[in-house]
Order: sequence, then structure tokens, then C-alpha cells
Amino acid sequence: MRQIDPDFLALPMRRLADAALQRARDLGAEHADFRLERVRAETLRLSDASLEGSIDADDLGYAVRVVKNGTWGFASGIDLTPEAAVRVAEQAVEVAVVSAAVNREPIELAPEPVHSDATWVSAYDVDPFEVPLRDKVALLAEWSDRLLRDPRVDHVQASLQQVKEQKFYADTAGTSTTQQRVRLHPELEVMKSADGRFETMRTLAPPVGRGYEYLTGTAWDFPGELARLPELLEEKLRAPSVEAGRYDLVVDPSNLWLTIHESVGHATELDRALGYEAAYAGTSFATFDQLGKLVYGSQVMNVVGDRTTEHGLSTIGYDDEGVATRRFDIVSGGVLTGYQLDRRMARLKDLGPSNGCAFADSPGNMPIQRMANVSLLPAPDGPTTEGLISGVERGIYVVGDKSWSIDMQRYNFQFTGQRFYRIENGRLAGQVRDVAYQATTTDFWQSMAAVGGPQTYVLGGAFNCGKGQPGQVAPVSHGCPSALFRNVRILNTLQESGK
Amino acid sequence: MSPQEMIEKALDLSTADDVVVIVDERSSANLRFAGNTLTTNGVSRSAQLTVISIAGRGVGVVSRAAVRPEQLADIVAAADHAAEDAPPSEDARPLVEGSRCDDWDLPAEPTSIGVFGAFAPALGEAFARAETGGRKLYGFAEHIVTTTFVGTSTGARLRHTQPTGRLELNAKSPDMKRSAWTGAATRDFTDVDVAALDASLAQRLEWAKNRIDLPAGRYETLLPPTAVADLMIYMYWTAGARDALEGRTVFAKPGGGTRVGETLSPLPIRLYSDPAAPGIACAPAVVAHTSGRQSSVFDNALPLTSTDWITDGTLASLIQTRHSAELTGLPVTPAIDNLILEGAGDGRSLEEMIASTERGLLLTCLWYIREVDPQSLLLTGLTRDGVYLVENGKVVGEVNNFRFNESPVDLLGRLTEVGAAEQTLPREWNDYFTRTVMPALRVPDFNMSTVSQAS
Repeated sequence: MRQIDPDFLALPMRRLADAALQRARDLGAEHADFRLERVRAETLRLSDASLEGSIDADDLGYAVRVVKNGTWGFASGIDLTPEAAVRVAEQAVEVAVVSAAVNREPIELAPEPVHSDATWVSAYDVDPFEVPLRDKVALLAEWSDRLLRDPRVDHVQASLQQVKEQKFYADTAGTSTTQQRVRLHPELEVMKSADGRFETMRTLAPPVGRGYEYLTGTAWDFPGELARLPELLEEKLRAPSVEAGRYDLVVDPSNLWLTIHESVGHATELDRALGYEAAYAGTSFATFDQLGKLVYGSQVMNVVGDRTTEHGLSTIGYDDEGVATRRFDIVSGGVLTGYQLDRRMARLKDLGPSNGCAFADSPGNMPIQRMANVSLLPAPDGPTTEGLISGVERGIYVVGDKSWSIDMQRYNFQFTGQRFYRIENGRLAGQVRDVAYQATTTDFWQSMAAVGGPQTYVLGGAFNCGKGQPGQVAPVSHGCPSALFRNVRILNTLQESGK
Repeated sequence: MSPQEMIEKALDLSTADDVVVIVDERSSANLRFAGNTLTTNGVSRSAQLTVISIAGRGVGVVSRAAVRPEQLADIVAAADHAAEDAPPSEDARPLVEGSRCDDWDLPAEPTSIGVFGAFAPALGEAFARAETGGRKLYGFAEHIVTTTFVGTSTGARLRHTQPTGRLELNAKSPDMKRSAWTGAATRDFTDVDVAALDASLAQRLEWAKNRIDLPAGRYETLLPPTAVADLMIYMYWTAGARDALEGRTVFAKPGGGTRVGETLSPLPIRLYSDPAAPGIACAPAVVAHTSGRQSSVFDNALPLTSTDWITDGTLASLIQTRHSAELTGLPVTPAIDNLILEGAGDGRSLEEMIASTERGLLLTCLWYIREVDPQSLLLTGLTRDGVYLVENGKVVGEVNNFRFNESPVDLLGRLTEVGAAEQTLPREWNDYFTRTVMPALRVPDFNMSTVSQAS
């Protein structure tokens, strides 16, 4: 097991926290918390096997959040001295005092046990920041070269994002946590043009909460996937355009994770359901009065939130309010049974303790309720993907994510994918192109006729889920099996563009 | 250590062939509110040092926050080492020769919560008015000031202060069924009239009391400036010359080359960027922290001037680095941080366009815009916060929301009217891009693909 880096532990975190929290107490704050955070991010991009750009960046700073007279106050700073931390605490209190004039709803937080000097490190073997840049570029260039040698490929784009996130948290109740996690996202896309058209095909390897070992054979077969890309691209380029209409869909986990993210993950954030995101990302059709009543999907739909999933992108030991993370139900047997919460939201609706979904993406931002790893559970003895396909007379098998869009109450969505296969009489019958599927969330999940077994389950995810104002990005994973949906509307995107 | 001292010291410390040092000093203040009450708020400050070392054609980029003087040598050494270790960059060019700007020695300009000194009380009054008027206000106000310092080993010493302010104001009926939105871009919040904005929202909520259900289909549609901004920004982002040359975008000519010189619109529209445009001024030189498809670190400090992307309806330029300009044989036209669309002459106001509409839809704004097909630049997304039916020159009620599937490039070819251009805040992209001047547009057949139940 990896340890927290000594250079992070050497930062004067406790001295800064003590100074800031004491000052906040002295100024009458009912609650105060301090978060010192370093986020290191390296991004590489290669175009046709040549390094196009790279940047090795970090963000280091700290934040003080207070509740004073029932109003939030937040400030952040970068000078690592107790005197500066005191000034930031004073700023946070000042913000609360100024803001109290336009606040009509006192802030209260759900209780949480004190966690003293807790530490947590994510599961990884090789710190990607300990691998020389040259080695990483060489690996991506070698993969790109391999693809470029194939005449079925015109261009290759390759990228690798790596993040190491280190956080120290302390609050006036006595909790203090120190945590470290890494994540990375490799991606390669091939492109080919012919007959006045072009198509692309991208790797399906998901972003993960793992170390560099992910690129060298652990948990994903990159050489095997790359070897298949040219053929898949060629087939897509020559595939017939889809006939718009209604089809049964078998959706692969490489696509379904994003549908879950948009239509279940965001829809079951309690802050959204209560209107706190109304002006920006929107609200939710899954309003609080429907908790325990709303038939979200068919009886085979079981969804959980879980910030403890191994290698999950949202996985961590304690959230940014010092809450111990856990697994919790969201949809059970097709019925809405839970929401994602932070301490404020949990208290607001007397839901007991928070389920640990507070997160801030940088020291300059205030924690808000963000998504846990929200996952659709497989059927314990469910079929394989081939088994699901075999039960479809006329349908489409959807693989890989691409375009996504959903309305501000999470009803109407439209998704495309990397590739779409016709299903005829229980068998795949070649790719089709220009496909998008469009549905209303509850109609779609209620049309889910079967979910695959554990052997089909894959943990997909995203590095950059956006939410909040000021905007924040959060990493999050979603696990799911393959699943069968009946009678879903398929669009022909060429026709949609009027061609 | 001041940003200028840090830059000079870093330039001295580097042993690379060339070096670019960028310091971004940023401060921000924000207020967020929902249901006529404040929800979150805050102030923050950050300082980022970026060292771009160049060894031969190799580039190393290291960026660090909150740098203390004793860390500087290590950061420069890391960038130098990365440059020596890097494979050759294909965009490598000699750095731009530069000079020292007049205000180089001035310190960074911060913002604070005080920027809302007059605005916050006005907002509080709007909350009170909304409460008694049966409305709930939701929204966000943010002010960011970024001062960027750029120093290069070829003599450039550039300093630019960029204030960016935005207000999003959303009014809803108590049952959340009716909703209206407006936004304002500002440099300092002194020009934001909350009361007037709130009054306009109240008017729209009144319009929405008469509800009309319409099916999906193609409708004559009036796109207001904010919606036009969101569509044009996406088009601008995809207007990279290199991507077009490689056949990856809507601006690729079938068979090879770019579509520069091709007529995109029958109307004599002009789409352009100008760093000196009044009210939306932005950095007058290239600042590139890393190279990418549309930027090159070697172009840092390259002066920016007014650039036409579309002239008289014809595609005039694509976003170019010096490298891509050599590949395409077209002039160097780097990206600029503002965007302006104008028709010929003054154009009519949106109110005048409504008055001359026999039957059509009036949108408020577009949301969740995503690319469906790069070849046609088909975008999908949704209407939001008010779609109104106009009949015989008057708004007669509110219509359900729709999902649209449309290409902004195709849409330029089908315009029938371009209204008066005005400064506007994009709805979807205002996290990234706030400086726009856009007209309302009339489109005879906007593709509303399906009905959205969202209200």
C-alpha cells in the first residue's frame, strides 16, 4: 500500500488549520473547517505519434469555510503562514457577515462522528508522476505508430491525463483527515476519411483510480484493443446509415455508464432536487416528495451510490466535510429510495447523517454536493451480453460513449456512441452509422427488460463532471452490466441535420 | 517576490535555449442564491507560475501554484530538464521578438467582495420584490480579475489585466412550472441594473401564464442574442485550421484543404474578433500555456489584431498558429477571447422582429449543447426558461420546451434576418467565454427534434 507523500505531510497544515480555526472560533463562528489541498495534474497530447503539447501543473492552497449567524462564509488563500491563514479566516467570516443580509435560510449541518487524525490512500501501485515524461510519451507514440502503419487509419490522436490529489481537512468539531489518491485517463482515437466522409473510433478503456500500472497490463488490455481499432473504423466508414425508428437496444457498459450518470446520477442529487442548482445545471424530476414512491425504472433496476468502490474515481475515505464515506441505496427494485447528500442537505430534510458526497475540486472552491460512484447492479445470475442479444429480434447493440445531452430536469436525453451494430434474430449483423437514441428517463429505465450478470459488469467513468457556480469538475465512476431496453427511439443524425 | 521579479529571476535561472515565463494572478468573488436567499458565496485568490523551456525543438512546461522564492530554481530546472528530455515539437519556431509594455511595472489588480457593494443590496431588494410578487429568484454573480504577466527570453514583457463579471438571474413561479432567465456580462458590476432585469423576468413569467403545447417539428424561430452566442462560440471553437486541413471538421473541404473562401451565408454577415472591441476588450497578444490543436507556446507574445472569421457571408479565416498557417498557406490568425456577429446595417431590435412575425417561436436560451456529428457540426441541446409563441406580432403564450438538432454552419445558410447586435452573456458557455456581441437571428425552419417535459 502506498503512503501519503512526505513532501505533502511536511507542509504546515496543522499549524495553519489551528490558526485559522481558532480565529474563526474567536470571531463567533458556529462551525469552521479548514482544507489544505494540492492537486497535481499532468496532461500529454500526441498527434500522429508526435508530442503536440504537455503540461505538468499543480494547484496548492487552502480554504476556510465558516457558518456564522447561520450563513456560509468562504475564503481561500495561498500564503502558507499562520498569519495569512488567520487573515483568510477573517475574510471568510467577513463574507458571512456581508452575505447575511441576503440570507433567509439558516445553515445547519447533519451531525457526524469525530474522526481524529484519520488517513486514507487510494489503491494504486505506480505513481504516474514518478514515471519519466519521456517514457510516457514513448509508450503513447509507439501505440500511435502501430496504428498509423495500418492503411485503414489516416490520423491518430493520443492523450493521457494524470492527477494526484492530496487533501488535509480539519474542523472545529475535532475531525482531521489526510488523504491521497491518483487517477488517470488514457485515450486514443483513430480517424479515416473516404468518399467525402470521415469517421473516428476511440478506445473504450475507462478512466480509473489506478496508477501507471493501468497502462502496462493491469486491468485493461491496451494492445488488444488497439489492434482491433483499424478494423472497427473501416467497418464504421463503410456501414449503412441507420433507418430511424423504434428498436430494442442492448447497451454495453461502455455506453450505459454515461446514461446512468446523466439520467440517474444527477437526477438523484438532493441539492438539485430541492432547487439549489435550479439556475444553472437545473432541478430534477425526482423531487423529494417522491422519495419511496417514484417508479424510476423496471423491477430489475437497482442503483447504489458508493464512494468506497475500489479504483472508483469518486472513491475516498472521508469527504470534504469530514464525513466517512459509505455505500447507500438510490433505486431499489425500480423505486427511488435515496439521494446523494452532503451535511447541509441531509440536515435540511432530517435524513440522518450525510452519505459523504461533499467535494471541492480545488482549494479555491467551496465543497458542494457531488456525485458518488453511482452504479447499476448486475443480476447475480444474469446473462452474458451475447445472452441479452440473443433475445432480440430486431435491435441495436450500442458500444462506447460519444455525444450526450439531457434537459435541465433530466427527462429528455439523446446519446450517441462509438459504434452501433444491427441485431437481427438474436445475432449481430454489422455496424450501422448516424445513430442516436433519444428517450425520457423514466420511460427508458422502465423499458429495461433485463440486466446482465456480474461477468458483464464494467466500471466506466469521467474525469470532468461539471456542476456548480463557480463551476467545478469532479471525477466519478459508474459501474454497470450490459442491459436490454425494449422499444427505444432511434434517430438518424444525418436526417436530423437535414441531409 | 513580485510577479515581475519572479519572471526576471526565472529567465535568469534557465539554461534552456529559450524560455517563456507566465504568471497569472487571479482573484475572484461570488454570490450564489436560490429561492430568494443566498446559498453559497466566497472569495479566493490564486497565483500560478508557468515556465516554458525550449531546448532545440523540445519543450518542457511546468506550472506551479503559490510558488515561494526558494522553490523557483527547482521549478525552472524541472522545465529545463523536461525540454531536454522531450521529443521535437513540430510547431517549433523562433520565439516572437518582443518589447516591454508601458505598464509592466504595475502590480496585479485584485478584486474583492467589495465589488458587490452596490449590487448586493440591490439584489436583496430584488429578493424582497420577488417575494411579494410571487416569484423566486435564483442565480449567480461572479467577478474575476486576472492579471497575466508574460516574459520571454526574446525580450517580451507583457502585462494584461482582464476583469470578467457575469450575472445570471433566473425567476420562477412558486410551483417551479414557469421560468425565465436573463444574464449580463460586465467588467465591474457598476452597470448591472438588477431591478430592470428582474422586471423583464416578471414580464416573461406573465407571458408564461398562457400555456400552449406544440409538437416537435421545424418552426420559424427567433433566436435571441444569448442563444446565438452559444451557437457561434461552439462554431468558433471548432474553427481550427489544422483540424480542417486534416479533414476532421465541418470546415474541411471534401477532397482536401479548407473551406476558406466559401460562402456560408446568403446574408452579408460578419463574424469577427477584436481585442480592442469596446466593452469586451481582451488580451492583445497570444498567451499560450501549452501547445494544442489551436495554440502554440512558440507564438507567445504574438500581437493580436481585429480578425474576420466570416466576411460578407464568406468564410474568411480559421484559427491559426504560425505552424498551421504554414501548413495551410493562409495568414496567421490566432484565437482571440471575444466574438462579434453583425449583419449589414443596424438591424432591427428583437422587439421589432417580434412585431413583424406572423407565427413563430421566440426562444430565451439554449442548454446542454453537445456535438452530435463533427462533419456537419450537428449540435443537439434544449430550449430552456421560456419558449414563447408569437402570433401576428405579439407573444401569445409559453410553449413547451424542445430538444433541437441543428448545425450552426448550416443555420447561417438559412438565415432570413439578422437583428441589431448587442453585448450579451452566453447561457451555456459563460463559464468559459463571456465577451460576445451578437444579434437576434430569424431562422425559418429551426429543427425542434422532440418535446422536452422539463419546465
